[in-house]
Amino acid sequence: MRRILEGSQAVAESVAMCRPKVVCAYPITPQTHIVEGLARLVAEGRLDAQYVLVEAEFSAASVVLGASATGARAYTATSSQGLLLMTEVIFNIAGMRLPVVMTVANRAVSAPINIWNDQQDSMSLRDCGWIQMYAEDIQEACDMHIQAFTIAEELNIPVMVCMDGYILTHAMEPVEVPEQEHVDAYLPPFKPKFYLTPKDPITLGSMAGPDAYMEIRLLLHQSMQRASFTIREEANRFEEAFGRSYGDLLGSYRAEDAELLLVSMGSLLGTMKDAVDELRDGGHPVGIVKVRTVRPFPRTQLHDALADARIVGVIEKDISLGLEGILCSEIRSAFCGAARTPNISSFVVGLGGRDVTVDNIKDIALGLLSDDTCRVEVAGIDHEVLWSAHSEEE
Amino acid sequence: MEAAGPDVIIANATGCLEVFTTRFPRSSWQVPWIHSLFENPASVASGIEVALKALGREDEAKVIAQAGDGGTADIGMGAFSGMLERGHNILYVCYDNEAYSNTGFQRSGLTPKDALTTTSPAGPTSWGNLTRKKDLPAIVAAHGAAYIATSSVGYPVDITRKVKKALTFTGPKYLQIHCPCVPGWGIESAISVRMARYAINSGLYPIFEMEYGKITKVRKIKKEDLVGVEEYLKPQKRFAHLYKYPGGEEHIKAIQAAADANIEKYGLLAE
Repeated sequence: MRRILEGSQAVAESVAMCRPKVVCAYPITPQTHIVEGLARLVAEGRLDAQYVLVEAEFSAASVVLGASATGARAYTATSSQGLLLMTEVIFNIAGMRLPVVMTVANRAVSAPINIWNDQQDSMSLRDCGWIQMYAEDIQEACDMHIQAFTIAEELNIPVMVCMDGYILTHAMEPVEVPEQEHVDAYLPPFKPKFYLTPKDPITLGSMAGPDAYMEIRLLLHQSMQRASFTIREEANRFEEAFGRSYGDLLGSYRAEDAELLLVSMGSLLGTMKDAVDELRDGGHPVGIVKVRTVRPFPRTQLHDALADARIVGVIEKDISLGLEGILCSEIRSAFCGAARTPNISSFVVGLGGRDVTVDNIKDIALGLLSDDTCRVEVAGIDHEVLWSAHSEEE
Repeated sequence: MEAAGPDVIIANATGCLEVFTTRFPRSSWQVPWIHSLFENPASVASGIEVALKALGREDEAKVIAQAGDGGTADIGMGAFSGMLERGHNILYVCYDNEAYSNTGFQRSGLTPKDALTTTSPAGPTSWGNLTRKKDLPAIVAAHGAAYIATSSVGYPVDITRKVKKALTFTGPKYLQIHCPCVPGWGIESAISVRMARYAINSGLYPIFEMEYGKITKVRKIKKEDLVGVEEYLKPQKRFAHLYKYPGGEEHIKAIQAAADANIEKYGLLAE
């Protein structure tokens, strides 16, 4: 059924259809509407789950860890500072192979304190052992959650579904809300591969010394690599069941015969598609490669998708301070040892909610077409503000 | 464990207990057991308890969380408070050896005043730990916990009885067990039980039970068992500086006064 819904409400309804048994979260802007929505669904009796109110994100993550280890499908959501506060538990959930699903409503990280959108929060946690997927629009965010539970439970790897704060969480869009019976058919009840019960006692979270630690970490790494296949299979299975597809680990838009390929993830892709339409109308051979999955990192797929382009511009809302955009560095690694490497440039945009317009994207694209020198740029800067800060420093 | 029986699920904090019982690939635990982090057994246990409810398995197992004094009173305090406040049906056991022993005996919030630890060393300008021991049972009581008890490895039968009793209550239960740490306290292992008993019989570590906020029972000190605090302090290297530096006798007097205040407050002396 097609309904006009706020992104957060749509995600809350999708998560509820996945029938989590334990929901536990702590309020933080801009994630809050999601867990408020779930709280309402539980209060109205539409979701049969234990909804736990905790004193901090650290405990929210710890509660879903305990619940998942006991065999319950468990869900939480957070943003920015909340995600960073969870960090220790986040690594632990992955190391213990618990199939938790968590929404990250992407937001900038303090300081300066800023509640608006960028992707610094989840990108800073890309090495924690969770599968990380980024949604382009509200519909994809909803559908990604349903896929996330199947992927997590199949592989015993937790999944982080990242959606841009405000831009997706607070926007209203027409959303195709699936029927409960279709979701039930696609996502069966959780059958844990191991769980805490006196009927068959197990020890979880042992101490592993130098003799075993590396092997256990390698097993997680190998499972993460195999996750590429599961993500692709689930994308296909989802398309068969619901008729919607967003690509698998990657997607693309007007990428055929493109001389310049722009790469990004999340809601920025919508703006970029408009820019590419205008550029194509003007005769410029520009296309888009969309990254849906940052972990596992689709290295070979990205190599194949970008290899024929002369120029690649990676546009992203995060920065590894002192280096460049994080995704850009990783994309460069996809060309390590390749026979031919496109000229790859990094563009950091939209930090802390700075608006990114169609014209910003066109400027980047036209700039690259006229001068393809590899570069790192932080784009959309107010030079007057920057100049006055510099003169104060001096 | 013996008192709780086989139908339990244990959430353990990081610490000596976890390290020496679960070296991969072996485990000493014959009951379902999970260790996540240092500061979160209260939250992990909360997750276990709600999952059992959500899955209709609440009769399957009793949930027990275990941690040390640092994990409970300091770094895990927020999570512990949350667990108490939410009213989960969990027995939380704190093994109180009065310092971070697993990492080599550093000062915690439950380290007593004037005790030497590696991060509160004593010397001509310091008497060791400068702050008094946090009154954790009182903090737990302020949360409205169903059952609170202190106990000691000096009296193992008391521990067994209290674990059994605690598990008859619904809601959050707290058991704080005083445990001498042989290397940390600087004592011979042969006298660790005696030290545990002197802590009680001097009045320094009152043993009591509370039900729904009211003290229902205290462990009385028999007249012939009553000892001065020096009997307890002298054999421990962590208090040796009180006998080494001038002015130490004032500190010993203050410790005796604290013990006497406990005896008065809890009515510890047997008639």
